[in-house]
Amino acid sequence: MSYARPKFRHPQLPKNELGYTQDYYEGSISTLCAGCGHDSISAAIVQACFENNIEPHRVAKMSGIGCSSKTPAYFLSHSHGFNSVHGRMPSVATGANMANKGLVYLGVSGDGDTASIGMGQFVHAVRRNLNMVYIVMNNGCYGLTKGQDSATADKGSKNKAGNVNDFESINLASLALELGATFVAQSFSGDKTQLVPLIKAAMKHNGFAFLNVISPCVTFNNNVGSTKSYDFVREHQEATSTFDLVPHKTEITTKYDEGTTKSVVMHDGSLIQLHKLEEKWDPQNKLSAMTALENAKNKGEILTGLIYINEQSEDLHALLNTSDTPLNKLTQDVLCPGTEKLKEINKTLR
Amino acid sequence: MEPTNIKDPEYFHKVVDCQYACPAHTPVPEYIRLIAEQKYTEAYMVNWESNVFPGILGRTCDRPCEPACRRGRVEKEPVAICRLKRVAADNKDDVKHLMPKIPTTKNGKKIAMVGAGPASLTVARDLAPQGYELHLYDEQKAGGGFMRSQIPSFRLPETVLDEEVNYILDMGVVSTFNTRVNSLAELLTKGYDAIFVGSGAPRGRDLDLPGRQEAKANIHIGIDWLASVAFEHITKIGKKVIVLGGGNTAMDCCRTARRLGGDHVKVLVRSPFAEMKASPWEKEDAAHEDIPIIDNHVPKAFIVENGKLKGMTFDRVKPVRDENGKRSLVSTGEPEVFVEADDVLIAVGQENSFPWIERNIGIEFDKWDMPVVDPTTFQSTNPKVFFGGDAAFGPKNVITAVAHGHYAAVSIDLMCRGEDITKRPSPYTNLVSTKMGVHEWSYDNQVTTDIRYKVPHAEKKMTLKDRKHEVELGFDVATGFKEAERCLNCDVQTVFTESKCIECDACVDICPTSCITFTMNEDSENDLRKHLKAPATNKSQDLYVSKTLPTARVMVKDEDVCLHCGLCAERCPTAAWDMQKYIYNTTKASKVW
Repeated sequence: MSYARPKFRHPQLPKNELGYTQDYYEGSISTLCAGCGHDSISAAIVQACFENNIEPHRVAKMSGIGCSSKTPAYFLSHSHGFNSVHGRMPSVATGANMANKGLVYLGVSGDGDTASIGMGQFVHAVRRNLNMVYIVMNNGCYGLTKGQDSATADKGSKNKAGNVNDFESINLASLALELGATFVAQSFSGDKTQLVPLIKAAMKHNGFAFLNVISPCVTFNNNVGSTKSYDFVREHQEATSTFDLVPHKTEITTKYDEGTTKSVVMHDGSLIQLHKLEEKWDPQNKLSAMTALENAKNKGEILTGLIYINEQSEDLHALLNTSDTPLNKLTQDVLCPGTEKLKEINKTLR
Repeated sequence: MEPTNIKDPEYFHKVVDCQYACPAHTPVPEYIRLIAEQKYTEAYMVNWESNVFPGILGRTCDRPCEPACRRGRVEKEPVAICRLKRVAADNKDDVKHLMPKIPTTKNGKKIAMVGAGPASLTVARDLAPQGYELHLYDEQKAGGGFMRSQIPSFRLPETVLDEEVNYILDMGVVSTFNTRVNSLAELLTKGYDAIFVGSGAPRGRDLDLPGRQEAKANIHIGIDWLASVAFEHITKIGKKVIVLGGGNTAMDCCRTARRLGGDHVKVLVRSPFAEMKASPWEKEDAAHEDIPIIDNHVPKAFIVENGKLKGMTFDRVKPVRDENGKRSLVSTGEPEVFVEADDVLIAVGQENSFPWIERNIGIEFDKWDMPVVDPTTFQSTNPKVFFGGDAAFGPKNVITAVAHGHYAAVSIDLMCRGEDITKRPSPYTNLVSTKMGVHEWSYDNQVTTDIRYKVPHAEKKMTLKDRKHEVELGFDVATGFKEAERCLNCDVQTVFTESKCIECDACVDICPTSCITFTMNEDSENDLRKHLKAPATNKSQDLYVSKTLPTARVMVKDEDVCLHCGLCAERCPTAAWDMQKYIYNTTKASKVW
């Protein structure tokens, strides 16, 4: 088995605005099962960072435990990273984020890490509108422990052994919406043309950007009867819209019929351009987004694409009025103003 | 685009760039793997089967394989294919017992070969195991043709040459040396079933400049002079020597002159240095032996004083291209240059000459006075007479002559069996999986980043003293292994089975050189090339296109810079990709190994 990727790359790889080729954003070779959807999501992250002209050292990769949480080893070798305790990534990400608002926080988690052991952490990161990208690589099973049904396995879905899941599933996108996430999207690991622009937009979003990505487990959950298999997702995927992210200052060339397009200006001036496939859906209306999700569920479809966005949102830093300077750059006299200052503060509290 | 037909024997053959570029289609990656496994004898025999002279070619081949080598497209330099061939030849065990058995009872057919060079010897090698009676004629005292007369011993030791020539002569070939064939018409009356003409391009071009006649004692035609040195009729030369010409013969002349007493040897060539015909490595070797190569100098006259050569004058020129890109050399208008010389060697090209072939025996000649030869069958317009090597289409090289020999032998064999010689036998091909386990392959699929190893040379002060002292030492076994590991195993093909693919993208994500794309199909190849993941600008390399997949897309693989690392197949959950070793052997008149 190959334990390393050959060093050679295509000799004519294009460079991004920073002068890097895409291989600068790669990580080590994956040790996940061959054909794992997670590897495709890793590749999509590599491509998104490359295309967004992100300096790798301005990214912090955060993860917990699980197959999904191993993936930060497989992308962005030149970035910061923290592999936390199972389900505790949101806390560590919150801490890091509070200490330095200048980085792009990219949290990677799985359905177990988010919807089971880490549920208590996840919901609070959402409701605080922490400025981060939170990607769930959702395969509906515990792949690392031989494929038991997870909390996101759909009711009625069959596992590899042929057993039907009798429990209601947790719909993470609905939950995130409910809790006030300001960017919610769903996608499929096997559809990079949709996934890459979504990740790029999520990285530009100011606030909590949640991406629920169906990522088939080829080893334990790619069987007939599973609702998270390659075949099932391809057959039941229903996109809200086509999705373009137009960088700031770029001329818009795509033209759609009036009434079906929608443009959303992002925080940094770049533009999301949507060509709506769902007529009644409005990505800036939470109620409409919730209805669209619920409708899709009732029809047995998987709604993908951008589901909700609120670009007016204030993130946690704004709410807490935090320091613009990273904590590690603040000198001791600023961090510890001394006894006199303490006395002054205490006086105001008496 | 239509799905690629991988059943076409040429499709995967083309992917093996080195083998495809080799005129004799030597299975290069196969023997390089054998060298890495230290199976030198087997590696030698794989070579011998296809190119007949591995030891000779491992030192002297023009190596069309190396510029074609895929490694040269992913990094700076190709694999040192030629010198690896020598590693096999240097380290093999005795191979005599592996040579084909020659039947004692002959098949009743008699073939004559004119000229004992590589083309004729190849014909003999291919026909002898079938029981043909083979008669070989050559004017020299030993076999080998221009491999003996024109390749100097410091590049090709006589022992190596004798060994490989003798493998063939020992197959019961009746050789008549020191005998020049002066009439083909007469030979035709001797009852041969076929005659193969492999007499080379034996005439060196002369330069008819002022002073040529007066100074003729010190002016020599390059190839004749090299032959005289090889057969020891000439043993020394003047101290100051001018060599005219920019091809490999000029390089051999100047380096030989250095060894025969030429202390100040200069090469003067008409064309710019970069456009010289000599192989780059031969120019380097000449430079290493302190021989200046002075380009853009057109010879004007031989200067003679008191009946003795003093030197030559040259006009300085510069290359000018017209609107069609055709180059002409235009005088710079500067004064002529005088270069002193005791001797001048003229190596400005070779010509064919067939004064011994009568023009009334059914062999048609074209306007350049070359015989009309079929490029596939190598038959002339006289059905019994075949041509090959330099005699067929003008001066080329050893490996081309070998390839001609193979084709001509097939034709002669077919003709003698009474079959149609235009119905060529198809090549032998085989495609077999290298899968050994879930992620294990029977070839070494790790790609090393080692850069090309240099072949060590013997010390200059030793080699310049002795004309027969070989300059190149060849790779030692350890370096040979490391160089062999640089081979990308391009004969291990990435074979795709649409029906197994679940379109998970794993292969696309893992491919280090971004060769694989899943995309909507296009009618034209040019349009499809625009959709690929990485620029696909090398149109000499094919696109491997699958049938339409369930998502209505197709898999497109640009073969150009594929490392054959097998990662697509390792990361494929359904074994839709498999690494399969492709064997391609051109059919020879006899199976010899």
